Amino acid sequence: MQILNFKETVNFMKLRVPALFFSAALLIVSLFSLFTNSLNWGLDFTGGTLIEVGYQKPAKLDHIRKQLEAAGFADAVVQNFGTSEDVLIRLAPREGVKASKLGDEVLSVLREGGDQVDMRRIEFVGPNVGDELAEQGGLAMLTALLCIMLYVTLRFEWRLALSSVIALAHDVIITLGLFSVLQLEFDLTVLAAVLAVIGYSLNDTIVVFDRIRENFLKLRKTEPPEVADISLTQTMSRTVITSGTTLLVLAALFFKGGALIHGFATALLFGIFIGTYSSIYVASAIAIMLGLSKEDLMPTEVEKEGADQDPLL
Amino acid sequence: MLNKTPMWKYLMVFFVLAVGALYALPNIFGEDHAVQISAGRNTTVTTQTLQTVEQSLVDARIDTKRVTMENQQILVRVKDSESQLMAKEVLEKQLGGDYYVAMNLAPDTPSWLASIGGEPIKLGLDLRGGVHFLMEVDMNLAMSKALEDTVTSFRTNLREEKIRYRGVRQLDDSVEVQFRDQETLDQGLSYLKSRNPDWLFEEEDNLVVSAKMSQQKVLAIRDYAVKQNITIMRNRVNQLGVAEPLIQRQGADRIVVQLPGIQDTARAKEILNATATLDFRLLDTEHDVQAAVAGRIPPGADLVKDQKGVPYLLQKKVMMSGNHIIDAASSLDEYGRPQVNISVDSEGGNKMSLGTKGNIGKPMATVFIEYKPLAERDKNDKPIFEKVEQIISVATIQSRLGGGGFRITGVGSPQEAQNLALLLRAGALIAPIQIVEERTVGPSLGQENIDLGMQAIIWGFVLVLAFMAMYYRGFGLVANFALAANLVLIVGVMSLIPGATLTLPGMAGIVLTVGMAVDANVLIFERIREEMRDGRGPQQSIHQGYDSAFSTILDANITTLIAAIILFAIGTGPIKGFSVTLAIGIITSMFTAIVVTRVIVNAVWGGKRIDKLSI
Repeated sequence: MQILNFKETVNFMKLRVPALFFSAALLIVSLFSLFTNSLNWGLDFTGGTLIEVGYQKPAKLDHIRKQLEAAGFADAVVQNFGTSEDVLIRLAPREGVKASKLGDEVLSVLREGGDQVDMRRIEFVGPNVGDELAEQGGLAMLTALLCIMLYVTLRFEWRLALSSVIALAHDVIITLGLFSVLQLEFDLTVLAAVLAVIGYSLNDTIVVFDRIRENFLKLRKTEPPEVADISLTQTMSRTVITSGTTLLVLAALFFKGGALIHGFATALLFGIFIGTYSSIYVASAIAIMLGLSKEDLMPTEVEKEGADQDPLL
Repeated sequence: MLNKTPMWKYLMVFFVLAVGALYALPNIFGEDHAVQISAGRNTTVTTQTLQTVEQSLVDARIDTKRVTMENQQILVRVKDSESQLMAKEVLEKQLGGDYYVAMNLAPDTPSWLASIGGEPIKLGLDLRGGVHFLMEVDMNLAMSKALEDTVTSFRTNLREEKIRYRGVRQLDDSVEVQFRDQETLDQGLSYLKSRNPDWLFEEEDNLVVSAKMSQQKVLAIRDYAVKQNITIMRNRVNQLGVAEPLIQRQGADRIVVQLPGIQDTARAKEILNATATLDFRLLDTEHDVQAAVAGRIPPGADLVKDQKGVPYLLQKKVMMSGNHIIDAASSLDEYGRPQVNISVDSEGGNKMSLGTKGNIGKPMATVFIEYKPLAERDKNDKPIFEKVEQIISVATIQSRLGGGGFRITGVGSPQEAQNLALLLRAGALIAPIQIVEERTVGPSLGQENIDLGMQAIIWGFVLVLAFMAMYYRGFGLVANFALAANLVLIVGVMSLIPGATLTLPGMAGIVLTVGMAVDANVLIFERIREEMRDGRGPQQSIHQGYDSAFSTILDANITTLIAAIILFAIGTGPIKGFSVTLAIGIITSMFTAIVVTRVIVNAVWGGKRIDKLSI
């Protein structure tokens, strides 16, 4: 069975200018939204208290709001979580009340009316802990990008390293942009997903670059953009299949993994989509525009790992 | 050419997969409801205890699966949660307060597996239910207490040497000694220096010497404050009777406490978060209490109220503080009144004897001091604590209280006596703590998360298997076998590594690995197809395909591994869980997707001349 079978080389690079404009537009929209709307930071970063409770029957949110208001929790955000029996209550950090007791207080308020309320989860994050997490998260993202750039420079060449990191930044910003535009909650698991997107998107880019390097050495007389096209065409089938299987399992995670993991699955689904696109049109196109030529790849005398040994496998 | 696998490679693949499967095996046996009995401070678990336990369970007609004794603990396995609850109640009543009885889930691993170190994967709090606390130690208070102590010790030092001084006082981060003349200053300075090597002394104008702590001393105090708190937390947690608690230092001034599977979280918080110390102080009988209430508090004395609000005048000097307490137990005295028996260490005993010498017949107060965190924070964004003092008993000293122990009466109800004893047993904190992060997961949510995670894994797995079999046919089946082997290896490695815990994001990591692990096989198979299209024979194509895909796979996986390692390094809790499964998955998938598939491909297609490949 074959999904994609290209007899001819597809001229991907012909579209590189419009594609870059498209990417630029997406970046501008994302950055604009990030600066104006910011992100809908989750409890992990803002601090505060979150209580998830389960009712026996579908919960009446209005009634819960009234109960909480009467007890002095007027600022509580009450919403369903996953199912109609599940309710999520969020409270901002507050003065005068020992924050670690807040969760239990809210529970007892809800139980006052004689309702069967099942405590499912209480999370409390102190305000400075949240700040630290946000700082650590940002730091992690930068460290990841730097380490990866270093590795690609060592294994390939700086033009390829730079363009792959630009592609990664592109993926991260646009994924964050999606969360900002739709105001989806951004918590620690989503941050983990974004870092996984970095790993995945790079995976894709490396596969393409590897082929570009190989073809530069094999097809000595071909112009760089054409080499890129040939390489992209050759790896296209693999790109589509791997992205396909990954999207398949992520769809399983999105639909079957429950509400807690929704943000995570959303970030990865979108990120992998964008990552696949960017390894073709951002990473490769920029590498070519940076003037990548076969001379750049020659002196390294690329030695494939294992090429000089007996086949290990 | 032919593709053949040397014998040693067959053996290696077989060996790795067999070991992986062996250690993955404990996970399919599930868990028993169990009751765990451990000894308190004054007792040990013996075979006699075991007999008592077995007998009382038989008397109560509770069916047990197995009762075992190991590491000073008795584990009673029962059939269901109902008999678990019953067993707990029966045993608590039978054994009394000297033993901690806790409900627990014990893995039902066969003994032959357990004997080679086979254990199921540890589940994170989000899958098992329980409480996670992050606590912060109040260093400001630890420092100011250290300064307070120093003021007293400087005074004692100077008095011992009969060096006259005008005064010693405590400033923000230093202690100031005022002398009368230059001669005593020089004398005093050199003596203080010799006695307090970890302090930095500096002579200032007007016959004043100021002393600051050295950096090492500051670090030592911080370190001690955290370590003491950890010890105390461990004691308190033991009293809660949690099966597998985790208490760990995090960073400079934080402590992580994890109590998996605990049901009554409110009580856990109350006990963990209470900060209490006891001071024993003499009553000031020379001055008038009423005058002090009116505002004329004499120097060297304090006005403190008891539970009913009755004021007492106490000497400022503390006879003994609570950190010398070794043990405390509640009981009833000969008149049936609740009392708390307290035993102290030798230093505390000496202090008590010295303090009570010549004071026989005088009243002594037991002051209970609690530090309650206020909502406000100081300029460093650290919580501010309020010191609340309350007299819990006033007793007349009848004879020297030395060595062994003494008792406090007048505590109120037996319940109060019990709570007080519990707090005293945990000792006195030199620096109060505050919960800065809490994550509580109810047991029902834990099970639900496991079910959801499993469903996602199964669905993802089945979808990928179906696709691969359809798309690559024969070779697809080989890839599918590798994928299954990969799952088994991930589970096996996770079970084998002692520190690895499975969390919900961790399960998501496994799902993601399933999707990405086939990438290596896709790369190889696409290469083989390409080679075939270029007109090479099947054997040549297999050889070339595996060969040229290898460096690509390696590069691609190493970069993902970098991301996973960074995630692990900076991440906490759920993120760590995700990065662990991701990293393990990357490594095992390289083995299964490259080595395992090659061995199978060689065995099926490699050894004979063929014209076509099922790819």
